[in-house]
Amino acid sequence: MNPILEVRDLSKSFGGLKAVNAVNFKVAEGELLALIGPNGAGKSTCFNMLMGQLKPSSGEVYFLGENLVGKFPRDIWRKGIGRTFQITATYASMTVIENVQMALMSFHKRIYSMLPYAHKMYKSEALEFLQMVGLADQAERHCAILAYGDLKRLELAIALCHNPTLLLMDEPTAGMAPTERESVMQLTADIVTEKNISVLFTEHDMDVVFGHAHRILVLNRGELIANGSVDEIRNNPMVQEVYLGGGNLFESEEAAS
Amino acid sequence: MGLFVAQLLTGLANAATLFLVASGLSLIFGVTRIVNFAHGSFYMLGAFIGYSLMQVLPGMFGFWVSVLLAGLAVGVIGVIVEILVLRPVYKAPELFQLVATFGVILVIQDLALLTWGADDVLGPRAPGLKGIVRVLGEPVPKYDLALIAITPFILFGLWYLIAKTRLGILVRAATQDREMVGALGVNQAWLFTGVFFLGATLAGLGGAIQLPKGGADLLMDFNILAAIFVVVVIGGMGSLPGAYVAAALISILNVFGVTYLPQSTLVLMFVVMAVVLMIKPYGLFGREEVAGEHGQVGEPERPIKPAGIAVRLLVAFGIFLLALLPWFGSDFAQVLTADVIIFCLFAASLHFILGLGGLVSFGHAAFFGGGAYVAALLVSYLQTPMEVAFLLAPIGAGFAAFIIGWLCMRLTGVYFAMLTLAFAQLIWSLVYQWGEFTGGDDGLVDIWPAAWLNGTTPYYYFTLFFGIGGILILRHVAHSPFGYALRASRDSARQAEATGINTKRIQWAAFTFAGALAGLSGALFVFSKGSVFPTELEIGRSFDALIVIFLGGVKTLSGAVVGGASLEYAKDFLTRFEYWRLTLGLIIIFVVIVAPEGISGTMRKMAERVGIIRGREGDS
Repeated sequence: MNPILEVRDLSKSFGGLKAVNAVNFKVAEGELLALIGPNGAGKSTCFNMLMGQLKPSSGEVYFLGENLVGKFPRDIWRKGIGRTFQITATYASMTVIENVQMALMSFHKRIYSMLPYAHKMYKSEALEFLQMVGLADQAERHCAILAYGDLKRLELAIALCHNPTLLLMDEPTAGMAPTERESVMQLTADIVTEKNISVLFTEHDMDVVFGHAHRILVLNRGELIANGSVDEIRNNPMVQEVYLGGGNLFESEEAAS
Repeated sequence: MGLFVAQLLTGLANAATLFLVASGLSLIFGVTRIVNFAHGSFYMLGAFIGYSLMQVLPGMFGFWVSVLLAGLAVGVIGVIVEILVLRPVYKAPELFQLVATFGVILVIQDLALLTWGADDVLGPRAPGLKGIVRVLGEPVPKYDLALIAITPFILFGLWYLIAKTRLGILVRAATQDREMVGALGVNQAWLFTGVFFLGATLAGLGGAIQLPKGGADLLMDFNILAAIFVVVVIGGMGSLPGAYVAAALISILNVFGVTYLPQSTLVLMFVVMAVVLMIKPYGLFGREEVAGEHGQVGEPERPIKPAGIAVRLLVAFGIFLLALLPWFGSDFAQVLTADVIIFCLFAASLHFILGLGGLVSFGHAAFFGGGAYVAALLVSYLQTPMEVAFLLAPIGAGFAAFIIGWLCMRLTGVYFAMLTLAFAQLIWSLVYQWGEFTGGDDGLVDIWPAAWLNGTTPYYYFTLFFGIGGILILRHVAHSPFGYALRASRDSARQAEATGINTKRIQWAAFTFAGALAGLSGALFVFSKGSVFPTELEIGRSFDALIVIFLGGVKTLSGAVVGGASLEYAKDFLTRFEYWRLTLGLIIIFVVIVAPEGISGTMRKMAERVGIIRGREGDS
């Protein structure tokens, strides 16, 4: 079976620092793939390259057979990749449902129309997405006063608007209470399974990763050091070294700064 | 060759003043993030105070002491302005403070008029430096050579202050991260005051030092304003060597321009600026701004909804009353109200990009005056029928906005504002200096409406229809998908770009659209007055619109309209008095201090507090 996403020899250097070094991996259809690694391992750099925010120094990113390198985030989105951010990004001046409507208007290429009232457009569709993430009862609230966990759910709803084939989620549970983490991740897993969406996500919380990922990639200092099932990763001595044993990891980081 | 060198030297001498004033502006902006429009006024005060001091302090010693004292006196005035006017509004939304500084300009203008009278003052020659020196056979004033010699020392002194002293470290730290400096225990209020003192002193010195060359007059403040903005932008915001290089560049070009291209002197500076920014968007020595540095201050804006039935009825009733005006109002009332409507449309078009798009333009007059000039030129040269010219004016203005928008869109924040100002000035200077085509200072006259609109009342209805119509269109578009996409681009460009919205293109389209509507108001204006002059393209025009938006309240269109109407009526009333600027300036400053969220925002807050309108949930 052809992979949804294929990353080949992806590298990024900042000056002399190799933030990401020749990383290769694939995302299969319907797969929940976790990208983990300690702080500074290159996860976010990797993500930003996949979404077009950063230009790779070298390497290719194939999505359904098409190279994404050099494309703008908005074009990559239109190909069918959705994303959520580590630090939530929503439209603070709008209501919750309008945030979703905005994405729908963009999806239906209506953002240049000046005649209709925007708040009436795709309202029922938007409400469905909010229902999916459990925000329907807050649809008319002002986005700026939403709780952090709800903002994360809202981002998920926005990311689902264009029926993506692949979802990139940068730390979907960062900054949440432990109980909420589990429920948001379970929600995500349910939705993507139902809609057959593949997911690539980064995460620091190992309970979340081990509980939901189908497969795990481990990144350390820009290099992919492991790629395997949950059990394989759990018992991989190199990964344990990075996460538990490696006193030298922090020393070298200090020396570098 | 001799002439060339002599001109080079004159240019370098002129650069001294420009550098002093511009570096002060740059310092103030860097630390306080206040775009100090009153900086030109400090410069003017420096010149006048220096002049008065030189009358009582004789001799070479007296001259230089006067220069220094004038600088210090202006520094003290700067401190007073900072403490009384700006300190109460630091917490207000970004750029709101510039309205306060505009009020200061008006107050200082009238105070200078009261103190020194309306006549231009000829500066005294510097004792001991009166003669000339022959350089390669060409005469060069000794004073010029003295200025050239002094400036590097000033540059070095300032550089030393900023780079090596504790105060300098604080200033640089505050330039990069105000909050952090505050969190580290530095008393920000006094740091700001100190920087204001320094900046104002520099401006005052600049004014005093140029006395033997240029004297002092009441137009100095606005005349230097555009030039110092250009210098700061070309040099790079916050860079002292940049300010010096840019000041020298501009001054030298100016001297050569006067000799070789006398028609282009005003334009030249802005062309240079545009070229530099095309190549280096953050100026010669500037660095890219850290994203998020200009994060919105104050609470986030609220969701908007189309007006409910009650508000619609109220607006309809208001329009109905306006339509009745010819039955009970005089001709004068109709003309005044038409002026108000035209101005409101102009302000509303700026509000569209400023309020919804977060794009602060300092040069919106380019499209108001641009529309007026398009119509006037068509009528004057091609005998275009009024109806056609009226339709082509917004299209022409929109086209200008399309081009200028494309050139400015690569920049953000204050750089964007400066670039729009520069292009507006470019258009102004083109119109002003290309006399044989545009009429120059004499303007274009005899631009009257078609026969069926002749007379006050028909044209009043015409203005009512298109003016109110334009405002309603702006309002409707704000609620359309396009308006939402514009707000989305402002709220979170990251999310917008990640969901398929080309934010820059949306903003560009909005800029063009707003320009076209400003052009419509310009067209209404030119046919109501029968003439157009370069003043309609001036900085002052742009500022008028900015001020009413900030005064009325950035967050709502009604704020722009209410503010516009208030300012026009207030001006009409106040200009009957001799010192109207002083009064208007004080009123503006008063409103800024009392109502830092603008008139409509503050009224809303008060209404919520007493329970007339329901507050936003979660408000504490």
